[in-house]
Amino acid sequence: MSLRHYDRLALKMIVMTLSFSLIPLFALGTTIYWQFTSAYESKVTESVRTLVQNRRASVELFFDERIAQLNTVAQTHQIEKLTDEIFLKKIFDTLQARSKSFIDIGVIDSQGNHLAYVGPHYDKLKSVNYSQEEWFQAVLTTGVYISDVFMGFRRAPHFIIAVTVLEGNQIYILRATINSAIIQDIVRAAQLGKRGDAFIVNRENILQTQPRFAGEILGYPDSPDFSASIGSSVDFIRFKNEENIYATSQIKDPKWVLVIKEDVQEGMAPLFKARFIENLIIGFGVLVVVAGTIITTRSLTRRLEQMELEKAKSEDLVVQSSKMAALGKMAAGIAHEINNPLQIIGDQAGWMKDLLESEEIKNSENLQEFEQCIKKIERQVNRSREITHRLLRFGRRMETTQDSVDVNNLIAETITFLENEAHYRDITVEAKYDLSLPEITTDSNQLQQVFLNIIDNAIDAVGQSGKILIRTALISNSSKEIVVTIEDNGPGMPKEVLSRVFDPFFTTKRPDEGTGLGLSISYSIIEKLRGKISVQSEEGKGTVFTITLPIK
Amino acid sequence: MDKYRVLIIDDEVDFVETIVKRLRDRGLEAEGALSGPEGLKILDERDFDVIILDVKMPKMSGIETLREIKKKKPLVEVIMLTGHGSVESGIQGLQLGAFNYVMKPVPLNELLKQMNQAYERKLIEEDRIQR
Repeated sequence: MSLRHYDRLALKMIVMTLSFSLIPLFALGTTIYWQFTSAYESKVTESVRTLVQNRRASVELFFDERIAQLNTVAQTHQIEKLTDEIFLKKIFDTLQARSKSFIDIGVIDSQGNHLAYVGPHYDKLKSVNYSQEEWFQAVLTTGVYISDVFMGFRRAPHFIIAVTVLEGNQIYILRATINSAIIQDIVRAAQLGKRGDAFIVNRENILQTQPRFAGEILGYPDSPDFSASIGSSVDFIRFKNEENIYATSQIKDPKWVLVIKEDVQEGMAPLFKARFIENLIIGFGVLVVVAGTIITTRSLTRRLEQMELEKAKSEDLVVQSSKMAALGKMAAGIAHEINNPLQIIGDQAGWMKDLLESEEIKNSENLQEFEQCIKKIERQVNRSREITHRLLRFGRRMETTQDSVDVNNLIAETITFLENEAHYRDITVEAKYDLSLPEITTDSNQLQQVFLNIIDNAIDAVGQSGKILIRTALISNSSKEIVVTIEDNGPGMPKEVLSRVFDPFFTTKRPDEGTGLGLSISYSIIEKLRGKISVQSEEGKGTVFTITLPIK
Repeated sequence: MDKYRVLIIDDEVDFVETIVKRLRDRGLEAEGALSGPEGLKILDERDFDVIILDVKMPKMSGIETLREIKKKKPLVEVIMLTGHGSVESGIQGLQLGAFNYVMKPVPLNELLKQMNQAYERKLIEEDRIQR
């Protein structure tokens, strides 16, 4: 299997695992998110609603009290008394003793004339006739009247409360001016947080109290128009790109609307904090799940990959040795069949040679040609014989002999066989022996044949002027082993050659130079000697053969 | 070297014919047989010093033939000749008293070398027995 295949497998596993673990996580997270959000929203909504209703009740109570006070005064005193400004002052002071909500008080007859007045604007207001004022007409028809806030003669925001007093056939009006700052205080007490606001608008959406932020008393509020609101309501409203909670409640008389505005960010701050923490936890969870998935998947596919590689390797070995066995049998068969005809060809040539010795033929002008032909036949028969004999050696399963072998000595001896050839080609053969090598029990002849094959190959690979380095070493893994490396600085081998290097009959040499059996024979010998042989090669750098031999 | 007597037993007629001619050409008394039984029959009629015997023959194998030869003429030296590379049959031949074995194809001069050595041993053996 290719590496890409494992990458794809890993990706598939990661995606599957992630979807199985992340979908429930997200589902849980979303559910918690919405549940918490709606719960908190309704809690906030409820608290704001309660607040606005409380404030409205306070404002209504304030009005009711003032009206009640005026009614009490009107109903418990003769009009004569009330028009006596000294007496009226006494009553005014009594009223003010409890709360400083009144600015002034006055008694007006049905023609709008100010009969008596107590307050700071005596000079200005005593002579004023109210008959043309809007409130004057209203109070005469309804009996009780609370005005909107207005500037009036005083040039300060205020409003009035007026009640009618019926004495005999005469109607009088008891009128008091109320400092609108008091309503403002009641309303402002409802303000929420740093950016919240509370104010009152009348039916024309004109501010009756000074809001904390945008907007001026008697101007329009910087908020949606709630002037037509009835009852109480709480809404999340986006106004001028700012989302706020608006709670409104209608005051029963006058028909003003109390508006409480709360910044969503502020009001819902605990919710946002909780959401942030939840997101953080989910984010962290996702991170852990993703990292965990990737790590486990990676290690799993690594294991798979390694197992596959090991399997492929062992399969390679099995294939190689079965190839050897099959080939050995076949080679022996072929060699046997070919040896007989070869014998005959050789003998026929020999017989011809013998005949050429006779007198008559000796005089033939083509004698030399005949002789050359025969020589060539003999040479080719010899060459074929070399090959078939080698094949037979390869094919036969000889009992290996068991000698006590000093591997270092064996290599040194092998090098002497090849010294001339190497010297002739200007190749240095250097050996670095590990002198601590123990003697091993093995087949010295066969082992020498392996060394001979490989060093001979190395000489051929280097060609001309180069170096061959042979090293021996003792290694102790699970068991002790001798390792021999034969390294050349020849041209190296491309991958496709490297993978077939131990295949029988595979050769890169010219047909008359090599049979392609040397390395496959070496392979089967080392296998028989319970060792291992492997090769690494890099094009342009050289080739290293590594032979491992068991000590026991 | 003396003119000693050689019998070649091999099922390859081309081989037998040629080798007989060549050996005769070299002054040896050579005779050929194309099977084990034929060879044994000739051996009944005449004596030989050296026998070249193919290991692998139809009907009667070289090893069986060798056994029979050694029964009839224990002193004759036998060189086993084989196209088969098995050491086993070679060793078996040696155990049964063959002088040596050579592998086909063998050049005549190499075969002659073996034959000469075999003949020398036969002379030594005969000499030893006569004393």
